[in-house]
Amino acid sequence: MGKLVLLFITSAFVSNVVLSRFLGLCSFVGVSKKIKTAVGMGLAVVFVIVIASAAANLVFDFILVPLDLTYLQTIVFILVIAALVQFVEMIIKKYSPGLYNALGVYLALITTNCAVLGVALTNAKEGYNLIYSIVYGLGTAFGYLVSITLLAGIRERMENNDVPKSFQGMPIVLITAGLMAIAFYGFSGLKL
Amino acid sequence: MSQQNKEKTSLLKPFINGLITENPTFVLMLGLCPTLAVTNSASNALGMGLSSTAVLVMSNLLISALRNIIPDKVRMPAYIVIVASFVTIVQFILQGYAPGIYESLGIYIPLIVVNCIILGRAEAYANSHSVGLSIMDGLGMGFGFTIGLFLIGAFRELLGSGTILGFKLTPASFEPIAIFVLAPGAFFVLAALTAIQNKFKLKSATNGSVTRSNLACGGDCLSCHGSICESNRDKLETTNSVTAKNDKKKED
Repeated sequence: MGKLVLLFITSAFVSNVVLSRFLGLCSFVGVSKKIKTAVGMGLAVVFVIVIASAAANLVFDFILVPLDLTYLQTIVFILVIAALVQFVEMIIKKYSPGLYNALGVYLALITTNCAVLGVALTNAKEGYNLIYSIVYGLGTAFGYLVSITLLAGIRERMENNDVPKSFQGMPIVLITAGLMAIAFYGFSGLKL
Repeated sequence: MSQQNKEKTSLLKPFINGLITENPTFVLMLGLCPTLAVTNSASNALGMGLSSTAVLVMSNLLISALRNIIPDKVRMPAYIVIVASFVTIVQFILQGYAPGIYESLGIYIPLIVVNCIILGRAEAYANSHSVGLSIMDGLGMGFGFTIGLFLIGAFRELLGSGTILGFKLTPASFEPIAIFVLAPGAFFVLAALTAIQNKFKLKSATNGSVTRSNLACGGDCLSCHGSICESNRDKLETTNSVTAKNDKKKED
């Protein structure tokens, strides 16, 4: 149990998926204008990554490893993830319109976000079993949710600030992300 | 002008376009994840750029050759399988012949699959042009990406550890600014780059002078250019404005 908690904290904060591993950066910059959208996106990422890491782990352990086909992992993972997200989207649309309204738009967006594939590949590389994979996925996605929400909060506040002309738009967002990365870098000093 | 000369210039055009006019790193701002992640040293940047180039050229070749065979409806999955296969091949070649680069690039090699540039070029160029042109486009874009990564990598390595490709270049009195080779430094360097582009109004996706910019296509790196993504983006923007309106109504 202790190990699992440790894995969660490590994946969420110490090696944060966006700020220290640069995965899922496009959506981090693109969908962080409003806190509301950022939270929606973050929750959808949590949802997809957890399901995808479980599915990818099952496929890896029970199909690829016994058949000695682990070299096909990149191809298989990306197809499994893409198919799975489509499938989940259809199910949610049919049985839970409320949830679909909340997450639907984002689900289609993150079918193949690099973070999702990144988690599946890391799980396979580290040889995590099903439970470890899910916890690792949950931690990573939680780290994403926290950082995109923080960035959106800062950006909302920055809207009325007097930013130098050439730094308006993209540069100031990157500077903000850089400062957040410094803050998160502090976690790497944690003696776990 | 002879026929042959004309053919030569038309083959050079997509190459120059990728290398300079629509440079993926500086102008289109595509492939942001690897741009930030592997530019902590010039050699990593070079390895990543060349691997991506190899994948891009091969996938452009095959997709362009199969463009009349692949049914339009399943083209995206087909492209993904093609790209993923080439990525796997490149991964094995690196593992066998350049284990050092393979180790230091780690997970970012398989992640070439979801690099916007590769599927973007497949969708925007290879599926509507001849094999020869597509190869040249792949080479141009690939080298443009490589040069972009190399310049950023060399800059960060020089400031962060005082070396380029491992050779000491700075005087002994220069204290390397370690933050430039760490994660935050990547953000700062890119911020400075885009700020300079804004300042001098250089053509770049980040200041809106390239209309088809899809840097912020909502996270779906895969289909950045032109395809599913844009409709998704519209959907997202309408949802945003609808919720904003609802909020306003509530406030009133």
